[in-house]
Amino acid sequence: MSREDVLVTTQWAEENLDTDGVVFVEVDEDTTAYEGGHIRGAVRIDWKNELQDPVRRDFVDKAGFEKLLSEKGIADNDQVILYGGNNNWFAAYAYWYFKLYGHDNVKLLDGGRKKWELDGRELVADVPQRPATSYTAKEQDLTIRAFRDEVVKAIDTKNLIDVRAPDEFTGKLLAPAHLPQESAQRGGHIPSAVNVPWAKTANEDGTFKSAEELKELYANAGLDTSKSTIAYCRIGERSSHTWFALRELLGLSDVKNYDGSWTEYGSLVGVPVETGTGAK
Amino acid sequence: MSDGCGAPAQTAIGDTPDTGDQVVVAGKVTADGGPLGGAYVRLLNADGDFAGEVQASPEGDFRFYAAPGEWTVRALHRHGNGQASVRADGPGLHPVAVAVA
Repeated sequence: MSREDVLVTTQWAEENLDTDGVVFVEVDEDTTAYEGGHIRGAVRIDWKNELQDPVRRDFVDKAGFEKLLSEKGIADNDQVILYGGNNNWFAAYAYWYFKLYGHDNVKLLDGGRKKWELDGRELVADVPQRPATSYTAKEQDLTIRAFRDEVVKAIDTKNLIDVRAPDEFTGKLLAPAHLPQESAQRGGHIPSAVNVPWAKTANEDGTFKSAEELKELYANAGLDTSKSTIAYCRIGERSSHTWFALRELLGLSDVKNYDGSWTEYGSLVGVPVETGTGAK
Repeated sequence: MSDGCGAPAQTAIGDTPDTGDQVVVAGKVTADGGPLGGAYVRLLNADGDFAGEVQASPEGDFRFYAAPGEWTVRALHRHGNGQASVRADGPGLHPVAVAVA
């Protein structure tokens, strides 16, 4: 898989704002970002209020995803271009989520909203009205989603990649530094996990590093690419970003995202937890 | 409080805020002597590794919840970039100003 199969540049995006069958979707947690200005024609998906079940800690089910995409005016064969703030964290999460429900024709805008803004490209306030569709999703592809029991079994067996910042990995912080410190019951990481912060896969303008740079990064971290890999972070969105780098940009075959991540693992009773920099 | 990863809205912090036991690194992005809104502000640790990023408010304000240590605050804007260093010894407010050129 090449970079062009999974990423589009801001230049390509600007040239394809009016292309039939291409739908731009902004995915943010911060809804005010979209309301303050977005790429012309882009619809918005709220990762929390629209992609999460309102009661249980899980995703909306297949019917819920079909209803959401139908209301957004996205059809099965549309090419969806996802972008967002936070260095595309939630856009990458949505990319993984779209793949989970079998929407194959999806790409990320490389650099996301940040790159678009740093380029000085136009943002508009007009909210597009797309006619509703009748979207059909597939059953969840669980080859790309890891659950807690599998993660516990993966200790010392599969590659576990903790993509949080070093201070979160060691247990010094419970959440990223731009957030108040709250989260799981315990700080630390899953034993045998290697710490490769998501930010190391991105340039400061938010674009992904080249495949060669990514290969070197993971080789230096001691990642055995012949093994299966599970990525995690705090709530599963930064690890979607790394899942994207490993599976979509480097082409590793068995890579899963553990969306329960540290907020689940760090609150489980009876599981092993490691603090400090880790042995590996 | 947010249970996601998005930063709270960035606002100016008073001179004597109640930061509790939090280590707060906060300040304003400026250009040509005046406040510059909307810059992407990155917090880097002593090794230059990324620790967090927020988008400054329209008045240029930003805020991080960090750990004690040496930090670099780097601002990116379509009009230019800039950075400044700050040392946070412990809980409390650690102000830093970043000029972009």
